Amino acid sequence: MLASQSRKAALNAFRSSSRKPLAAALSVRSISVDATASQDAQAPEDPDKPFTVKLLSQSFDAFNIEPPSLDFVTTKNELIDMYKNMAAVRRMEFAADRLYKERKIRGFCHLSVGQEAVAVGMEKAITPDDQVITSYRCHGFAYMRGASVKSIIAELLGRREGIAYGKGGSMHMFAKSFYGGNGIVGAQVPVGAGIGFAMKYLGRPNVTFALYGDGAANQGQVFEAFNMAKLWDIPVVFGCENNKYGMGTSAARSSALTEYHQRGQYIPGLKVNGMDVLAVKQACAWAKEYTTSGKGPLVMEFLTYRYGGHSMSDPGTSYRTREEVSWMRTNQDAIAGLRTRLLDWGVVTEDGLKELDKGVKDVVDPEVAAAEAAEVPENSRKVLFEDIYTRGSEPDWLRGRTAEETYYYKE
Amino acid sequence: MRRKAVSLLCRVPRPSTIQRPLVAPIVSLPRYYSSHGPPNAKLNLPIQYNTSTYLSHTAAATLANPELPSSIRTSGNTARQNLYQSINSALSTALSTDERAILFGEDVAFGGVFRCSTNLLDKFGPDRVFNTPLNELGIIGFGIGYAAHHEANTAIAEIQFGDYVFPAFDQIVNEAAKYRYRGAGDFNCGGLTIRMPVMGVGHGALYHSQSPEAFFCHVPGLKVVVPRGPVQAKGLLLASIRERNPVIFMEPKILYRATVEEVPVDDYELPLEKAEVLAKGSDVTIISYGTTMYTVEMAAKAAKEMLGASVEVIDLRTIYPWDKVTIFESVKKTGRCVIVHEATKSGGVGGEIAACVQEECFLRLEAPVSRVAGFDAPMGLIFEQFNLPDVARIFDAIKKTLEY
Repeated sequence: MLASQSRKAALNAFRSSSRKPLAAALSVRSISVDATASQDAQAPEDPDKPFTVKLLSQSFDAFNIEPPSLDFVTTKNELIDMYKNMAAVRRMEFAADRLYKERKIRGFCHLSVGQEAVAVGMEKAITPDDQVITSYRCHGFAYMRGASVKSIIAELLGRREGIAYGKGGSMHMFAKSFYGGNGIVGAQVPVGAGIGFAMKYLGRPNVTFALYGDGAANQGQVFEAFNMAKLWDIPVVFGCENNKYGMGTSAARSSALTEYHQRGQYIPGLKVNGMDVLAVKQACAWAKEYTTSGKGPLVMEFLTYRYGGHSMSDPGTSYRTREEVSWMRTNQDAIAGLRTRLLDWGVVTEDGLKELDKGVKDVVDPEVAAAEAAEVPENSRKVLFEDIYTRGSEPDWLRGRTAEETYYYKE
Repeated sequence: MRRKAVSLLCRVPRPSTIQRPLVAPIVSLPRYYSSHGPPNAKLNLPIQYNTSTYLSHTAAATLANPELPSSIRTSGNTARQNLYQSINSALSTALSTDERAILFGEDVAFGGVFRCSTNLLDKFGPDRVFNTPLNELGIIGFGIGYAAHHEANTAIAEIQFGDYVFPAFDQIVNEAAKYRYRGAGDFNCGGLTIRMPVMGVGHGALYHSQSPEAFFCHVPGLKVVVPRGPVQAKGLLLASIRERNPVIFMEPKILYRATVEEVPVDDYELPLEKAEVLAKGSDVTIISYGTTMYTVEMAAKAAKEMLGASVEVIDLRTIYPWDKVTIFESVKKTGRCVIVHEATKSGGVGGEIAACVQEECFLRLEAPVSRVAGFDAPMGLIFEQFNLPDVARIFDAIKKTLEY
């Protein structure tokens, strides 16, 4: 009796401590995730002429290191490009959402709507020779690394035109210097350390970004990778995209320390407003400079938010309120935030913005349509069994379900 | 093109403090629980490695091997080496012929617990031969990443004991094996080779004598290789390292010192996915790999002497994907098949071979395919010799199969 009472009391205490009202839940974030407020600035006439804007004072929170400068140097063209990229990623994700609901995309599908600033800001800070590996929420990164909308959507649809021949689907997308989309939570983190090591061993001046979510941050292998990277001063940035929920469990309910940028202990860290594409770019450029100058790894945390559920089968409202989602959409949206600033700084006019939006639509929609129009691949054993081993080195045959289905690589 | 020297891993190597319970030296003082059979044993006598016909004791025997490249066979340059020395020679050859090859694992810079990487740090420097922390999952993930960066990158990872590979299971099965398939052929970690000592040693017990090969023989995309002696170890390891698919290379740990052969000094490879027929016979086919090859040899000899049986013995060498042609040809000829391995019977490699043999050779079989394997029990210290297939059990299986 006594035992059950105390267990009940403990459970209640646990519940009350882990259930936080919306305002409190948002206020535990020590830095701003605001993307809408802008400081005074005026863009020059010349679209390629650099000018400086001030980032929000609460853009960064550093751990055992000096944070990056708040003076952000940019050009009109760069800002417009960032806007177009974020809008394209979102439009592509919406297309995936629609195709899924039409039951054309089947299986797993994890959308990054709300988190676009991370993929876009990071890409703007690095070169095509820098390396990126990320988690299963990878469509935006694949697009920014150079994959076409068509190849991404076709992959989701299981078409031969897909970036992995339609064999991977949502979680498995690759592009130059982009090692996927990885479906196993946290598995990409030590792989990222190995890629970073290759850069160092080969004497390349490139950084590797190994990205994971707040849920994956509790995987043991993440800490194994931290240790090796620091031990060998590998030029790798461990980037935690903290969207507040690991599937349906909030960060506070899963993690003893929700300051993910401090989790490297002996590795300096930086928390970044991941809803502000400019802050993300500034931080990633700073991180590349730091890691490639021989100082070893960094742990970064991008505070961000996903508007949708974890996957298509998760409505995303059972573990958080609709109010929370709509509040984030209204007040802290990365695309809306940049739009406000483009107008405030005189980078574009209202009409210009409409043109940009139309331009994005004109690029994305035909590619989605082309992917949708692609043929369903033929049901052939040749396709099924290819790329299991490097071509030409396969065993003589691999087995199908029956002896008749045995596939012979060498006739 | 020489790679620019990168100063890396600047920490000075120091003798390690022992972080793990290591097994005792392989050649240990006689203990009753690690010796072979009781004093009056007729079949379970000590394995005679120094007279085994499955090992090449002379240069002439080694160089008669038709699988060796003709340049090796004509040069006649061999050295007497045990298995760990031939592994060392293979690693040294791999590192010196491939400047993108790196070797890492727990304590490898100090030579490794079985001395396989002795002197490689001195020869190739700390950029290329280095110790890792004790984190198997991280080691394999790291190796995959290095290999994934470029097809030319060669990662040779050591797991200190096969028994420690399980934390890395996810990285091996989900990342390494599927990288090429997921990446539509453009991305892969084909340059990864994972070495690990496996199988019984007499007194390794629960965590130092297991045979985990079957876990990996379930995974398309991997290759699993087990050598039986020094000549094979060098040739197969070099082939595995240069193979552009991830390979799991399992080294039978008792053979590191027990087997000695005349090993070609120069660079050579032996074919993967190819079984080797060690003895021609007409009555029964015995298939095995690794340590138990020598137990099989003694059982086959006893079967010949006591039963007049003509036994065909096949060393599988590559366990997955395995050489079905050689196996099926042999079983179709003999009509009888016995499979021997140390790993536990249920879900073992023997079950897969038996199933395939029955699919392909059903009408030629004169007896059920028989398996002699470890019991479905953990490897208890005191029971290790009891658990492993011994000569009597293999002999008994041959006898029953012949008399079926």
